[in-house]
Amino acid sequence: MDERKLYSYTGIFDTPDEIIHAADAVAGKGYVKYDVHTPYPLHGMDNAMRLKPSKIGYATLVFGLSGAVAALLTLFWMAAVDYKLVIGGKPFFSFPAYVPIIFEVTVLSASVITVLTMLFIFFKLPNNSHPLNSTGYMKKVSSDKYGISIQADDPNFNEEEVKLFLSSLHAKDITPIYYDPEEVNYKHVILQPKFLGFLALVAFLTSGITYFTLNKLMYMVPFNWMDEQAKVIPQQKSAVFADGFGMRQPVNGTVARGQMPFLYNDKPEEAAVNLVNLLLPSKENLSLGETKYNIYCSPCHGYHAEGDSRLRGQFPNPPSLHSEKVKNWTDGRIFYVITEGQNIMPSYATQLTPEERWAVILYIRALQRSLNAKESDLK
Amino acid sequence: MSSNSSIIEYHKKELPGKVWTLGLALFLTGLLIVVIGYIVDPERTAFNNIILLTFLISLGAGSLFLIAIEYVAGAVWSTPFRRVPEILSFALVLVPIFAVPLFFNMYDIFKWTHPEILKTDELLQSKAPYLNINFFIIRALLFFTVWIVFFLMLYRNSIKQDSSGDQLLTKRNIVISAIFLPVFAFTISFTAFDWLMSLAPHWYSTIFGVYYFSGTVLCALAASTFIIVLMNERGFFVKGLTKDHYYSLGALMFAFINFWAYIAFSQFLLIWYANLPDETFWFLQRWEGNWKFVSIGLIFVHFVIPYFGLLSQPAKMNPRRLLVMSVWIMFAHIYDLYWMIMPAFSKEGIAFGWIEIGFPLFTFGLLILLFVSRSKKVNLVPVGDPKLKRGIDFRL
Repeated sequence: MDERKLYSYTGIFDTPDEIIHAADAVAGKGYVKYDVHTPYPLHGMDNAMRLKPSKIGYATLVFGLSGAVAALLTLFWMAAVDYKLVIGGKPFFSFPAYVPIIFEVTVLSASVITVLTMLFIFFKLPNNSHPLNSTGYMKKVSSDKYGISIQADDPNFNEEEVKLFLSSLHAKDITPIYYDPEEVNYKHVILQPKFLGFLALVAFLTSGITYFTLNKLMYMVPFNWMDEQAKVIPQQKSAVFADGFGMRQPVNGTVARGQMPFLYNDKPEEAAVNLVNLLLPSKENLSLGETKYNIYCSPCHGYHAEGDSRLRGQFPNPPSLHSEKVKNWTDGRIFYVITEGQNIMPSYATQLTPEERWAVILYIRALQRSLNAKESDLK
Repeated sequence: MSSNSSIIEYHKKELPGKVWTLGLALFLTGLLIVVIGYIVDPERTAFNNIILLTFLISLGAGSLFLIAIEYVAGAVWSTPFRRVPEILSFALVLVPIFAVPLFFNMYDIFKWTHPEILKTDELLQSKAPYLNINFFIIRALLFFTVWIVFFLMLYRNSIKQDSSGDQLLTKRNIVISAIFLPVFAFTISFTAFDWLMSLAPHWYSTIFGVYYFSGTVLCALAASTFIIVLMNERGFFVKGLTKDHYYSLGALMFAFINFWAYIAFSQFLLIWYANLPDETFWFLQRWEGNWKFVSIGLIFVHFVIPYFGLLSQPAKMNPRRLLVMSVWIMFAHIYDLYWMIMPAFSKEGIAFGWIEIGFPLFTFGLLILLFVSRSKKVNLVPVGDPKLKRGIDFRL
């Protein structure tokens, strides 16, 4: 008796008709674990072997549908929730536009998962050492013969019976196939740490070399003619001028368009005399003044210019603008204070244009007048 | 397993008499409704008449297309039951008869025939060299003639082969089919433009011909499948036809269901995306009132239900499922035609009544009578065809 473990008994047939007849007979005798090997697909073999339709369709269906759902949710999230962009005046969630993408993802996930299921679940992929490999039987059936192999783990398997049965079917070369003892005890190369480490090294090297080659070695400067031009751009040095600056100072006394230089720095009295309000107390100017006053002045001086603001108590108290001093100031003097600042009041020159300052002054005058209304104002 | 005998046993069986009675009953009921319809409400009946006409064209020309494809592709699996589409394409001979009442009701159906509209409408004026009554009728008659000529050539050769077994006839039919296919592509597109698209003469859709074509082939295939499965289960054909043949029919139907959906969606997507008023109005018309439900229903009737009905492999082999699905697909094609045609008649909402029921009765009665009377005269299997033996032995 052979010590090795028996895998199957095999028989060889010469014609496709014979093998289909044999498969039919084997299936008819109630064998379940057997397989037929032919050099090319044979029409009608599925029926002869009584094969049920493959279950792989379910994997395809399930993953196809999950692909569809995943694509729909992704698109919904991207286009209708996270990053809303109006495209062609369509609603954010516009299903018709998603259909082609959903279709593609469905097909992609269904087909990829089908192949992977086939390889890993049906073909048991890491297992690459089938007992039938490198046997005389496999050599014959992969060139010009047709073979059948009845496995030893079939519940009906009986060595002598199978031998007799195969010869009764006129099979030739009835031979037993044994497990290779080395292969039985063999650990899959693919799972050994050495091999996995080697794979990681290969991955690291290939990606590293690719990165180095493409980004360093063979790096080509892309189209940048508009970016790099032979001209001086702002903040650049230039050898043309003695001071080395690329940018030039304007000529002394240059006045920018729409700007009026303030000539009374530290000269409040001159400003009081020489500056005159440019604006008339019209409705527009007063409402402009009100707006600006409420934004910039009221936090300290209060909405009614009484120095009763919401910031009272947190700073040295701001003065009321209804004092005799302010009332007697000319518009130019107030303009000087807004422009230059006074005590802890900062300059408002950057926040308020000269025109807006004059409007604010008009509004302050109106506030002062409101506490000292004359009889004529009521008419 | 293939039979080893090289002689094909075929004994002709007559269809039972009750089929003829059923066809006659349907036909007469339908005819009565149609005639009353033309007296009571000629406009509405004329619109239904277009459904009948285009359905018959679908069936006849589509069957002829299937035959031609078989010859050109050298397919063998469909040879044992090729006689079924051959008899069905006999419907082409009846097509001109049902176009005649329409020629007399052009004013009711087609807006572009109205001189007062034509006077003010620049677009229709520029289309007038193509869309005018004379050229329309010439075109229609030309297409009918071309189809009938091709049908007679293919049909006669096939019948002649039954007695003579001459292989040269197959070769000749391959040539005729190869010529027919491009002609079919051209004629079916222009049929769709003329009879269906010109109901909304301002509308543009370049894919519309393909859209009608997809429904056409699907409908012809479903009709053939229904008859083949029904008769094969009762032993009217040769022995040896198996589930593999059924599977091929089912798979082809399944493919065309997808093709229809693909084309229908392409048409809709492009128009929806471009959002141009001279294209979108056609779909908006079908979104008005309860037409909306018909439009949504079309997706389910014509795609979702038959798709899942035929999705799995066992379903394509199951004779019962095939029978149900092929009847369903024929219904879906009528539904599709109704959806294309009737909104031009009743813009506000669905028009469905006894006239709409009368025409399908009439059509199917007519087809049953046609099939029974033709099948009495010829073999139901092309016994002289050199591909027959291989066709019976066909396995997946």
